[in-house]
Amino acid sequence: MDLSQLLADVPTLVAVIVGVPVVLAGYIVGGEYLVRLLPDKSRPSVRPWIWVGPALAFVGFFLVYPVLGTAYKSFFDNQDNFVGLSNYAGQLGGFPSGGAWIAIRNNLYWLILFTLLVLIFGLMFAVLTDRVPYESPVKSLIFMPMAISFVALAVIWKFMYSYQPPGEPQTGTINAILGSLHQAPKIWIQDPNVANQALIVAGVWGFVGFAMVILSAALKGIPGDLLEAARVDGAGELTIFRRVIFPLMMPTIVVVGTTLVIFALKAFDIVYVMTNGNYDTDVLANRMFQLLKVGNNGPASAVAIILVAAVIPVLIFNLRQFRAVEARR
Amino acid sequence: MMGLKVGSIRALSMLAVMAVVACGTGGTNSGPGSVHVLAVWSGPEQASFQAVLAPFTAQTGIKVLYESTRDLDTILQTRVQAGNPPEIAAAPSPSTLSKLATAGKLVQLDNGILDMTKMTDQYAPGWISLGKINGKLYQIFSWASVKGLIWYDPKNFTAKGYQVPTTWQGMVDLQNQIKGGGTTPWCVATESQAASGWPGSDWVKEIVLSQSGPTVYDSWWNGKTKWTDPAIKQAWTTWGTILGPNDSNVYGGKNYILATNFVNGGDGLFKKPPKCYMHNQASFITANFVTNTPGLVAGSDFQFFPLPDVNPSFAGAHVGSGDAFSMLKDTPQARKLIQYLTTPDAQAIWVKRGGKLSPNKAFDLANYPDDITRAVVKVMTGASIFDFDAGDLMPVAMRDAYWKAVLSFVADQTKLDSILTGLDAVQATAYK
Repeated sequence: MDLSQLLADVPTLVAVIVGVPVVLAGYIVGGEYLVRLLPDKSRPSVRPWIWVGPALAFVGFFLVYPVLGTAYKSFFDNQDNFVGLSNYAGQLGGFPSGGAWIAIRNNLYWLILFTLLVLIFGLMFAVLTDRVPYESPVKSLIFMPMAISFVALAVIWKFMYSYQPPGEPQTGTINAILGSLHQAPKIWIQDPNVANQALIVAGVWGFVGFAMVILSAALKGIPGDLLEAARVDGAGELTIFRRVIFPLMMPTIVVVGTTLVIFALKAFDIVYVMTNGNYDTDVLANRMFQLLKVGNNGPASAVAIILVAAVIPVLIFNLRQFRAVEARR
Repeated sequence: MMGLKVGSIRALSMLAVMAVVACGTGGTNSGPGSVHVLAVWSGPEQASFQAVLAPFTAQTGIKVLYESTRDLDTILQTRVQAGNPPEIAAAPSPSTLSKLATAGKLVQLDNGILDMTKMTDQYAPGWISLGKINGKLYQIFSWASVKGLIWYDPKNFTAKGYQVPTTWQGMVDLQNQIKGGGTTPWCVATESQAASGWPGSDWVKEIVLSQSGPTVYDSWWNGKTKWTDPAIKQAWTTWGTILGPNDSNVYGGKNYILATNFVNGGDGLFKKPPKCYMHNQASFITANFVTNTPGLVAGSDFQFFPLPDVNPSFAGAHVGSGDAFSMLKDTPQARKLIQYLTTPDAQAIWVKRGGKLSPNKAFDLANYPDDITRAVVKVMTGASIFDFDAGDLMPVAMRDAYWKAVLSFVADQTKLDSILTGLDAVQATAYK
């Protein structure tokens, strides 16, 4: 970078580093001063708002305002004419294959398949690696894909799925394995019948480590004397898992599960890099990006709002669950 | 521990600020400076472009900071909206370009920046008018390529006694002859990451131009002729006769077409025995032939013939495309660079490295690396009808849908009618 450009940024940097704490401290001191002026009785009802004010302002400006702005834009066309609900009609009309329906269907695939597979494998790895001598290296290996960006992950899996016609040396790992089993090679990410599953498998590979680590922590949090008591009562290991471990881990599984659901709903990078939504693999987030890219801000905003509407119930459920877990402690 | 860390960070940042201040006092004068360029070239193409830039930096001392992206339109729009555009960008798609131009985000080039008498001397009027929006010049072409070239291996043709066809019927006959001999006549590959489908779209637009002529072609990319129009539909079905029923004329069938990246599209020509005998691709593909199959020699190992005229009344119709530049911020350094990029000397550097042609009339044919490239130039200059890539001229939404339609058509040709109806629906909104 140009040094002169860097130099020009220095005053801004200083202003931010020095200014922000000064302003915040001034705000708090000034706020406290004003609160002190109030009669004793009304102080408790005013003070929290002074303290929470800056945070609320930030959330309002960077979260609420853009969401409302997006909602507002979703009622306008590219020339800023009010068009009512027609952007939504464009996305939600034409069931089952028009509008955004393919993307909605695929998001449902992601939601169900991705969430279930990650949970099942995560739980499996957490339980199976528990208390074995090589636990740490195995867990590190399984967790390692989490360190890869999803774009890189998608590129890797594109190589894994690569295809050569039958009779040719297969360069893709999956088709090479098929070949060694004397099976014909398949196209994976270009065949609408298996493309979604192929993408989801790539995502599961990248995310299993996350579920494993959290579930493993929950597993280790189960008190040993409970398991001891079950053993004394004559329960086998399978029964212990089913009747003791699993119910105790349930709250954690639900929290991990809802996090995965939210991730599945906003799936983007894998789809964008591997297929760009071609071959019937489009998802809502990619559709939104594609619409935005060509300047269709209204329809893109409508897709964004549909996505938000889909996520909100999950969020509410997640919060309730979280509170329930907290309340039980 | 924590206190020590905070202390050392503070000391470091103080040092950094002092260093910057100390160095910066001398750096604010108007020295050679730098210019940012945004374009799509990566890999060997980026190496070629940087070879073009090297003498410029050597002569002027101006540093060129090159940034490469396959998502040029998006990145450019974002950066313009953020108030941080690069000074020069390889021209975006025409719809993005005109949007930026009408919003006043582009610098007009025929207003003192480029010497227009020189430009009209060295560029054919068609190339100049392609760069104009509302009569003002906003982009200028540095390189060109010709589409619709059928590549083949002359040794394979001789071995089997195949003749280079000069008519469309001749090509169809040859294709049936090759198929009768037990080999698939064609290699086609449509995978290209986010741009998948474009190689097939080239086939369709070349057939539209050669089959129905420039009037239909222009009104088609302008959004005035519908995709379901018999002329456009006929182009798709004609391409279908090349692909064969269920893509049976193509090596590896639909699976291979969809799963193979276009840079590997021609590899089958050079396998022993050959997997296919013909491959339709623009002039740039020779660079990939040589990279993918080392040791190939232009002329003896690969050769081309132009796609024969589908309809003799539009004989000599060819589709081409080009690399243009636009300017988003007017700085003295950017002016110098864009002027440099229009010179035959600058254009020759890439041309000599292979893969590009120059649209410049002042360009010396001796600069082309081989006879094949000179023959390609003759196709371009000798074309009686030369039209710019229709896909590149369409709005991005239309072009993307066109590319996707190619993939659907390859996957199932019988769905053509519903594919075209879908394209009509996009056309109805994309041009607004």
